[in-house]
Parts: sequence; structure tokens; C-alpha cells
Amino acid sequence: MIRQTMRHPGLNLGRDHGQAHDHVETIVFGFWVFMMSDLIIFGLMFATYATMQGSTAGGPGPVELFDIKSAFFQTMLLLVSSLTFGGASLAMRHHMGAGRITLWLVVTFALGGGFLALELRDFAAMIGQGAGPWRSGYLSAFFGLVPLHGLHVSAGMIWIVVMIVQIRVFGLVPAVKTRLLRLALFWHFLDLIWIGIFSVVYLGGLA
Amino acid sequence: MNGQTQAGGILGRLDLQALPFTQAIAHPGASELIASGAAAIVVLGAIATLAAITRFGLWGAFWRGWLTSTDHKRIGIMYIVLALVMLARGVLEGAVMRAQQAFGLGGGFLSSDHFSQLFSTHGTIMIFFVAMPLIAGVINYVMPLQIGARDVSFPVMNQISLGLTATGAALLMASLVVGKFSTGGWTAYPPYTEAAFNPGPGPDYWIWAIVIAGVGSTLSGINFAVTIYKERAPGMTMFRMPLFCWTALCTAILLIFALPPLTVASLMLALDRYLDFHFFTNDLGGNMMNYVNLFWLFGHPEVYLLILPAFGVYSEVIATFSGKTLYGYTSLVVATMAISVLSFSVWLHHFFTMGQGANVNIAFGIATMLIGVPTGVKIYDWMATMFRGRIRMTTPMVFSSGFLILFVIGGLSGIILANPTIDFQVHNSLFLVAHFHNVLIPGVLFGMLAGYNYWFPKAFGFRLNERWGRISALLWIFGFSFTFLPLYFVGLMGMPRRTLSYSEPLFQPYMQVALFGAFLLVAALAALGVQLWLSIRQRDQRRVFAGDPWNGRTLEWATAAPPPEYNFAVLPVVAHRDAFAVAKENGRAYLVPERYEDITMPRNTSLGVVMMLASTALGFALVWYIWWLAALAAIAIPVALIARSFDPDTHRTIPAAEIARENRAWLDAVANTKAITRGDEDTARNTGRAAPEWEGATP
Repeated sequence: MIRQTMRHPGLNLGRDHGQAHDHVETIVFGFWVFMMSDLIIFGLMFATYATMQGSTAGGPGPVELFDIKSAFFQTMLLLVSSLTFGGASLAMRHHMGAGRITLWLVVTFALGGGFLALELRDFAAMIGQGAGPWRSGYLSAFFGLVPLHGLHVSAGMIWIVVMIVQIRVFGLVPAVKTRLLRLALFWHFLDLIWIGIFSVVYLGGLA
Repeated sequence: MNGQTQAGGILGRLDLQALPFTQAIAHPGASELIASGAAAIVVLGAIATLAAITRFGLWGAFWRGWLTSTDHKRIGIMYIVLALVMLARGVLEGAVMRAQQAFGLGGGFLSSDHFSQLFSTHGTIMIFFVAMPLIAGVINYVMPLQIGARDVSFPVMNQISLGLTATGAALLMASLVVGKFSTGGWTAYPPYTEAAFNPGPGPDYWIWAIVIAGVGSTLSGINFAVTIYKERAPGMTMFRMPLFCWTALCTAILLIFALPPLTVASLMLALDRYLDFHFFTNDLGGNMMNYVNLFWLFGHPEVYLLILPAFGVYSEVIATFSGKTLYGYTSLVVATMAISVLSFSVWLHHFFTMGQGANVNIAFGIATMLIGVPTGVKIYDWMATMFRGRIRMTTPMVFSSGFLILFVIGGLSGIILANPTIDFQVHNSLFLVAHFHNVLIPGVLFGMLAGYNYWFPKAFGFRLNERWGRISALLWIFGFSFTFLPLYFVGLMGMPRRTLSYSEPLFQPYMQVALFGAFLLVAALAALGVQLWLSIRQRDQRRVFAGDPWNGRTLEWATAAPPPEYNFAVLPVVAHRDAFAVAKENGRAYLVPERYEDITMPRNTSLGVVMMLASTALGFALVWYIWWLAALAAIAIPVALIARSFDPDTHRTIPAAEIARENRAWLDAVANTKAITRGDEDTARNTGRAAPEWEGATP
């Protein structure tokens, strides 16, 4: 029994910690496996980026293109958004009610939106200088990797909206709680990927 | 964006010129007539199927029983049906290519463009839409039964996987009727497949068929792995699982890790073609070697993820029909695992000649030779299983014997190719074509056909016709031998692969023998059809409702044939390997359970069909630049998924009383049927209950 209650201590799925938790365990494990597969995709995009760093074909490279201040702000927004999602998870764990969870989710959504807005502004600036993916292999690799992360963030934000609606419609039923748990995993996962992008693409490119 | 991608009105770049019929009328020639004939077969076949379903009023049954079903058994069967339909097309295309080369001395009858499309579709179909759905289908059907589960972990995702695979197959079929398929081979190497050289829809058909079906396969991998880790019956420890489940697990892990490189490579190619990226182009810093590395980073694990489940089938078939427990179980598990790990370390041997240094080549050459060691261990284990067994030469055993002999030849020619210095001499020749057909046909295809014959009675409740099964198996074996063994010789003589015509008369006799072999293979395919047709007609004499026609050893034989939706009325408790064989020996098979409980099963859902239609529309629209439809479909997919997450009522409960009634009726029927000895296996007396065998048959 102790082993089972240890499995997902943050979820409080109900009095019977047996079957409900076994089922959740399967779903959450499946999601971890999915993230492993997704991680391979990112890994390959990173590898492609690394091999194409020299392929600028006479076009602009990192030094001409990157605005480290903006990238730093993006990093901060995303890191704080992970923290605020942690707030939502804690609120769920300590029975603080649907309102508190929703509030944290809204804050997370806003931070994610801020991140995306800054990122899109940077992309627009690059394309404005004629440095779109059509310019060189290097820029193709850049626009293959970084916006892929941005697409994941967008998907996560749509997911946040869906969860806010589901909390209102269904209340904090087990299905909604496990979805929130998986969304949290996904959001923190994107944070980790961004750390890689910030280190390899931005810091590495400007070093 | 390319100027070209912006062209077109409401139908994008699609117009009447895309139809092969228009082409055949405008320029009648052998190639055009064959192309429009094939297109006509596809269209008429589709119309005939739809008409037959309407005529017999089966739409309701088809919708409720199959298309919307979340039952892993139904989904498995649909995968296999899809694979067999595509197999028919793939075999016929192969035969047309053999005919072209048999008459190819200084000409032949096909245009070079048509021939290139043939080898491109043949390879794409056989790998992605025959071999992959066959293994997905057999794993889907068998694995949950073998581990004593009620279903896979994610039944709805399973349905979506099937839908996405069917989408890929549908796009390939569409390419036969609307426009042309890629001429870039099944590997679609850039820069040839880039927009600069190949602006037409062909490579786009390839990309979207592969990407969409690939996502489906990744999801299947996740599903199978989670099922094996989480859904095993009480007492079914990993090392009590039937060997087929181990191979399914390794295949699932390979799917999870090996499919992403393919998805990445083909999407990068799509970005190059659609949005003017430069991943693999000749100019502006593109590097096609990235594609080749990514593709084979998928491609090599792919061949092992195809062969491993076939190895699993041979392990089950050989043990059952030798009446013995599997020899060297642990070594087979270790070998399977070793192959899975090593399969990620050999991809470079697919392009030894493409510019790496000798040291890199030899490292991959050695890794490639190493992978032969665990495979060799397996061959010996199977032979040791047969040794001193009471072997029954049933259809699956004929396939297995053909496999043991022919696969060793194919494996050894692989070891030859693993040596980079030899590879430099024979790469890109028919020697290579002979090699990979020699492992894929006797390995994967024979294994899957053995599994089809072995588990068919479980799935449909009646045995297949043995006589026609053996005829078909022998035709496959000899057809393969005549078609592909001569190619080793012409390959060594220097004939390149994918050759439309040649001027060396020495090649021609070999090509004619190969054409004869191709006729045998077409006959083998026809024999499979005859076998199925006769078996359905004779089904009343072939019923095996008790569920155990072969004196099976593993849990799938412990339930009725066909099994109820929930597989087992009460989940079995496992204490041994070969759980059902031990239960029969101890007289603990077919016991009436003390109590039954309610069973919760997922409801039917149309989500899989919706995903299939939307992704087919998406793929087709992207191929033909029909942007409004692409946008619509791309929105429909997430909307459908989100809508599904708002459905609170996804499961239904089957009451214990209903289960008890069904289960007791079956157990009564089993108790009243006579157990037969193995001598009566292929007679009407075989109703699926086996008399105890000899001592030493169980561990």
C-alpha cells in the first residue's frame, strides 16, 4: 500500500489509492515514453544544427543575428513560467481549490505568451535582415530547431487553455488531475529543451 | 516560398493531366497502358469493395464492428488485411520489374520513368505498408493475449495508429490514380528529390505517406512498450513471457527510438521542398550527407524491428510444432536485446562508399559483423528446439524450415557486405538486392505468413486449409529462390541495381530465371488467396471453438477461438513459462472460475476514422498545394483530439453475469468435446481441444 501511495503523491486521486493509481501510473509512464521519443527529435535537430554551424554560405552568422538580451529575457520568462506551473501543481496537491490552480495556469499562459511574442519578434527581425531559412544551410538548421521548440510551447499553451476549460467543466476529477500532471511534465520538459537551445544556439553562437 | 508553391486555384496544381487515363489517351505506349491499367484496378477494386458492402447491407456491421472498434484483436486483423492488400500490389510490381529486366537486353517495354516509379513504390510499399503493418498487426493481435491482458494500454491511440498507417497506404494508392509517385527510390535521397530536380508531386507523395504513417508507428511503439511493462497478468514476470512478447518489446523500443530520425529527415526534406530551406540542397550550405545519416539511423534499426517479431513467431511455431519447450529461452532473450542495441551502431554500412575514412568504415563493418553473432545463437536455439522433438510439418513449419535454410544464406551474404573492401566492389549492384530480399522475404515475410497460418484459427475460430497452405509455402520458398538467388551471380558480374536495360547478353539468362521465379511468387500469392477462399468455404468442418488446435503452450490458446472481446473471463494467474502447457499437464486448464467480476472495456469511437480522413485530406492537399484543404484538415486534427478529451463517457462495463454466462457456455462446450491427439490435428475431429502429449514436453 505504501508503495502505491508513493507513486503520485501530488495527485490525491481519492480514498482508494489502489486501482486509480495503477491506471494513472500507466498513463503517466506512457507520457514519459512519448517524451523520450520527442526528445530524440530535438536531439537530432541539435545534431543537425551542430553540423551546419559553418554552413553560412557567406550569409550572416550568430554574431550578426542574435540579440542576447532578448534571448535572456525569453529564458527568464520561460523559467519563471515553469515556477508558476509548479505553483499550480502545489495548489493541486494541497487542495487549494480550482480557482487557485486556474490562476497559476493563467499566469503560466501569460508568461508563455510573452516568451513566444519575444521569440517571434526576433524571428521577424532576422527575416527583415534577409536572414530567413532560405539564406543558408545554417539558417535552415536554426529555423528547424528553435521554432520547433516554439511550436511545442504553442501546443502547450493550447493545452493550458483546454485544461482551464476542463477544470471549469468537470471540476478536479481524476482525469483532469492526471492531465494537469502530464501537462506539467510537458511544460518542464520544454523548459529543459530551451536551456539546451539557450546554451548551444545563443551562448555557444556568441561565445 | 517558391514561386511554384503559390500557384494554382481551388484545386492547387491538380488538373486532368494528373490522371493516367488522360496520359494513356494522349500518348498510348506500353508504359502508359500499364499505368492506366493499374490505376483502373485500384479504382474498380475500391468501387467493387464499396458496392459489395452496400449490396450486402454491411455498412452498419462494418462501422460498429470494425472501423470504430477499439479492440486490439480487430485492429490487429485490420492491419493484416491492409498489409495483404498492399502485398498484392507490391508483388505484382516486382513481377513487372522482373519482366522488364528479363526483356531488358537493349530495351524492354517500360519507360525509364515508369520503371523508376515501380522500384520506388515497390520498396516503399513493401517496407512501410506490408512489413510494418504485418508486424503491427500480429503484435497487436497476439501480444496482449500472450501476456494475459484485456487490451493494449491505450486502445484509442491504437486505433489512431491504424488510421495513420492506412492514410499512408491510401496516399500511395492515390498516387497510382492521381499524378505520379516519386522516382527517387524508397530512400528518396536528396538532392535528386529536391524541388530543383523533381518539382512534381512524386516526392511529396513519398514524404507525406512516410511522415503520417511514421507517426502512427511511433505511437504503436509507445503503446506496445507500455502494454508489456504495465498490463501483464498477475505472476507473468518478464522472464515468464513468451518469446514473441520479448521480441515485441524490443521492436517497440526500436520503434520509439528509430522512427524519429525518419520523421525528422522527411520533414526536413519537406521544408526544403515547400519553404525553400537548405538542409540537403546542393547550394547555399545544404548537406545531403545529413539526410543519408538520418535516414539510415532510422533505416537500419528498422530492418531489425521488422525481423525481431518474425524471430518471435518462429520461436513460438517451432516450439509448438516440435512439441517441446523452447530451447535456450534466456539466450534468445539476451540475443534479442543484443540485436536491438547493436542495430543502432551499424547504420553507416549503408553508405560505405560515400566518403568516410577507412577507419570509420571498418568500425561500422566490425559492428555489422558482430550483429551476426546473436542471430547465429538464435538459429542454433531453434534447431536445438527441433532436435528430438516430435515435429509436425504443418504450414507454419514449412515456412520455418524454409526460413532456417534461406535466412542463413542471406545472413552470410550480409556478413560479406559488411566488409567495406568487398562492399566497394558490389555496392549498388544486384548482389545487394539479392541480399536484402534474402533476409526480408525468408525472414520477415515467411515469419509473418507462418504467424498468419498459426494464429488464424485463434482469430476466426477455424483452421486454414493445410494442403493449400503447404502449396503456398513451397511456392514462396521456390519462388524466392528462383527469383533472387540468380541475382547474387549477376550482381557479382557487375549488373547495377535499378537498371532499366543493359547491353551485356551474359546477364539475360539469369534475368529469365528470375522472371520464372517471379511467376512462382505470383502463383504463391494466388495460392494464399485460394487457401483463404477454400478455408472460408470449408469453415464448418474446420471449427476449433475450444481454442487450442495445435496443443499450444502459451496463454493465447487458453481462451476461446475467436476470443471474447475481453480476452479472458478471469485474468489468468501465471506461475511458469509456457503457462498453458503446464496448466494442461497439471489438469488445471479449463477450470470453472469461482467468481466472475465486472469488466470495464473502452467504448467504440470514431476518432480513428476521423483522424484517418483528416490526415488523408491533409497529405493529399499538401501534395497538390490545395492550401485551404490543408489548413482545414490541420485544424480538424487537434480539434478532434480536444473534443475527444471532453467526452467523459469513454468506457462501458460488462456485467459479471453476462461474462459468467458466456464463459460457462464455452467451458461446457469444451468439456463436451473430445480431446484429440496430434495425429488428428488436420482432421474435422480437431475442435481445438488437445489431449496430453508425452513427458518432457513441458519445463
